[in-house]
Amino acid sequence: MQKVIYREWAIDTQRYWGLLASLAAVAAIGGLSALYMEHSGHWVTGMTNLVVWGTPHMFAVFLIVAASGALNVASIGSVFGKPLYKPLARLSGLLAIALLVGGLLVLVLDLGRPDRLIVAMTTYNFKSIFAWNIYLYVGFMVIVAAYLFTMMERRANPYSKWVGLLAFVWRLALTTGTGSIFGFLVSRQAYDSAVLAPMFIVMSFAYGLAVYLLVLMFSFEQEGRPLGDLVVNRLKNLLGVFIAAVLLFSVIYHLTKLYGAKYHGIESYFLLNGGIYSLLFWFGHVLIGALIPLGIIHHPALSRSRVWLASACGLVILGGLATLYVLIIGGQTYPLEIFPGMTVLDEGFGEVAAHYAPYHPSLPEFLLGLGGMAVAMLATTVAIRMLKFLPASLADEAVI
Amino acid sequence: MSKHSEQTDQGRRGFLGTAAGIAAIGVAPGVVLHAVADVTPRTQPVTSQVRWGMLIDTNKCAEDCHACVEACDQEHGMDLMTQPEGQDAAKYAQQKPTWIRKARLKDNLTGRVTTLPILCQHCEHPPCVDVCPTGASFRRADGIVMVDRHICIGCRYCMMACPYHARSFIHQEVETKPTLTPRGKGCVESCNFCVTRLDDGQTTTACQDACAQDGHQAIVFGDLNDPQSPVSKALQGMPSRQIRADLQLNTGVRYSGV
Amino acid sequence: MISASRIGRILTAILLAGALGALAGCSSESGAQAVEGSAKAAKLTHCVEPTSFMRRNHMELIKHQRDITVHEGIRSTKYSIAGCIDCHVQYDAQGQAVPVNDEEQFCDGCHDSLAVRLDCFQCHSPVPQGPQPTNLARIGAGAADADGALHVAGQEKGN
Repeated sequence: MQKVIYREWAIDTQRYWGLLASLAAVAAIGGLSALYMEHSGHWVTGMTNLVVWGTPHMFAVFLIVAASGALNVASIGSVFGKPLYKPLARLSGLLAIALLVGGLLVLVLDLGRPDRLIVAMTTYNFKSIFAWNIYLYVGFMVIVAAYLFTMMERRANPYSKWVGLLAFVWRLALTTGTGSIFGFLVSRQAYDSAVLAPMFIVMSFAYGLAVYLLVLMFSFEQEGRPLGDLVVNRLKNLLGVFIAAVLLFSVIYHLTKLYGAKYHGIESYFLLNGGIYSLLFWFGHVLIGALIPLGIIHHPALSRSRVWLASACGLVILGGLATLYVLIIGGQTYPLEIFPGMTVLDEGFGEVAAHYAPYHPSLPEFLLGLGGMAVAMLATTVAIRMLKFLPASLADEAVI
Repeated sequence: MSKHSEQTDQGRRGFLGTAAGIAAIGVAPGVVLHAVADVTPRTQPVTSQVRWGMLIDTNKCAEDCHACVEACDQEHGMDLMTQPEGQDAAKYAQQKPTWIRKARLKDNLTGRVTTLPILCQHCEHPPCVDVCPTGASFRRADGIVMVDRHICIGCRYCMMACPYHARSFIHQEVETKPTLTPRGKGCVESCNFCVTRLDDGQTTTACQDACAQDGHQAIVFGDLNDPQSPVSKALQGMPSRQIRADLQLNTGVRYSGV
Repeated sequence: MISASRIGRILTAILLAGALGALAGCSSESGAQAVEGSAKAAKLTHCVEPTSFMRRNHMELIKHQRDITVHEGIRSTKYSIAGCIDCHVQYDAQGQAVPVNDEEQFCDGCHDSLAVRLDCFQCHSPVPQGPQPTNLARIGAGAADADGALHVAGQEKGN
């Protein structure tokens, strides 16, 4: 294999600044929304005492999960030694950090007391997976930054395998920690399950790779850099495998819960009579997030079209957001089973909430989440422009 | 000078009045005060010698009565909070702080309707304490589970973890804050068994007092570690259970009749 | 032509003077102005601790006491924040308490000039609101000893 040359992203100045401006505008609007929510108080959002985590958390968890998954491409190159993936590693590390920063930003800005971030970073209850996550997230950023250094500094190249291994193990711990946020909750029918940790890991594989592939195809196509079919097909097939794996874990999760009589309520809520949540489960999680992208990836003609492939990646991302909406928000709107065998006529939060807790996403929440995604993309755009993250060519001849 | 002695006299009178009141409340129901239960405000750190608990007899709970809820609201300043302008009333009902609430249930087989108050269960193994990243949610030595709002960052993870929907997040600016129950936007709070009263040497909660005053006596509060306390005697006198007993949280609040 | 280093020195001198001036803004003179008027504290020579001690260390006392109060349940010491407010709050012409953290009230006098944000009153009431801790009456909040210092029942001065 030839030596890989990396070059800064060289689309013409006007388009670059136009892109930056639009991303910055979305990020700024997200920031203003956060300010609005923090200033007035969360009453302006759709979140209540019953549904405490809403749309921002859907975006934040997606970004964090995708961040750890985006590192996979680099790990396959360094840890598993596949030469085809080595030129792809730098962008992978960059995206991992950028997506994580975007997700954490949304999470922190949604806190009731974001001014107490210092308290959060200095006072710990180590029985809480949240406390561990703070170390996992910050540590991840440091380790991936070190990983990028070993890849980009020639003299540090010999260490990239070991730092890469550390990053790979750390990233698995991080996604386990993220899934365990929900998996450790005994209180709710939708959670309290060990399968959530590996399910989140597998989700990270799919979502991270979808984002990676989109960014790779977009950046190369915009600048006219050659991106050969060898690389694209390998990543495409890998994405297919990951999507199938997500479906598998989803089946395991739901089948297991369906087996227990005490979970029949939550399962019929998710699968049948949960209104928007059932809709999002079948159309979002299953159809748009899995079946249609799988169909595109394995279709003899469509799979060869870059546009269709990009759409498939976009659908996976949308499906991922839908999955998290159902899990995080649907899991909260379903009532707590405090009195099994009894119907709650009124839980004491007003007549409206007597059965399922109502939740309607509000504009500030949505804009904050979108702003987080924009920050991640903004950071990525600036980085690939300023530094040598993208290989000059990924044409078939260059990567064999 | 006379103004100062007037203030001092009033202070002393106030103290004597409170002490007499405490003694009266303590003696009137015929309860012998446990040696540990001070009638004077605590000067030593709280210990686990006392474990505060409650028994709620749902058979005595009246369907249309909200005395406990109203008393709690008044005691802790929730009645001073107002619905933000432009907020929907139904949504406000789910966003305002609710430490105790009345629930109505119907048995799926028999159709029998039960009403009961639900509040923080003050578990021995509280899920909300386990998940708090900063340790703001904690269990005090005497069994009261509460939030140290000086270090609460408002992440609401404890609210996700609570099996009883016991916790409330403050969704709005609080204009009028009671001195005895500080409350601010962005933090989480829940029933603290009227801890200010207990630390002052009293042994009843506002909800118990209101229920008794209304003639129902469905709520009995006291020291679970003292076999002679009202709650211990009540627990010995009737069958009771924890709600969500399968979670094995060893709650401090027990229910009878549901 | 004035050299850059000379400008630098002049600027540093101005900044230092400004900082000293700000610190001086918390001198005994403006301290006495802060505790004035209708507050109970105006009639006392010093607080639960000597004034110079309080000026520098009140935040440590508050931070230590809050843990004692919340985690240990001891609400009976003289370092009660409700006590601070009860003593330092001023009353307007109608007899209504003016929030102690309002502009030009007790806290603001120093906190504004030193630009230190106050977090307490996000949750704690800046005026006596509703029933007060019985502790306040017991420690004789606002009462004065013969020398004008705060009378604290049953506790030695400086404890």
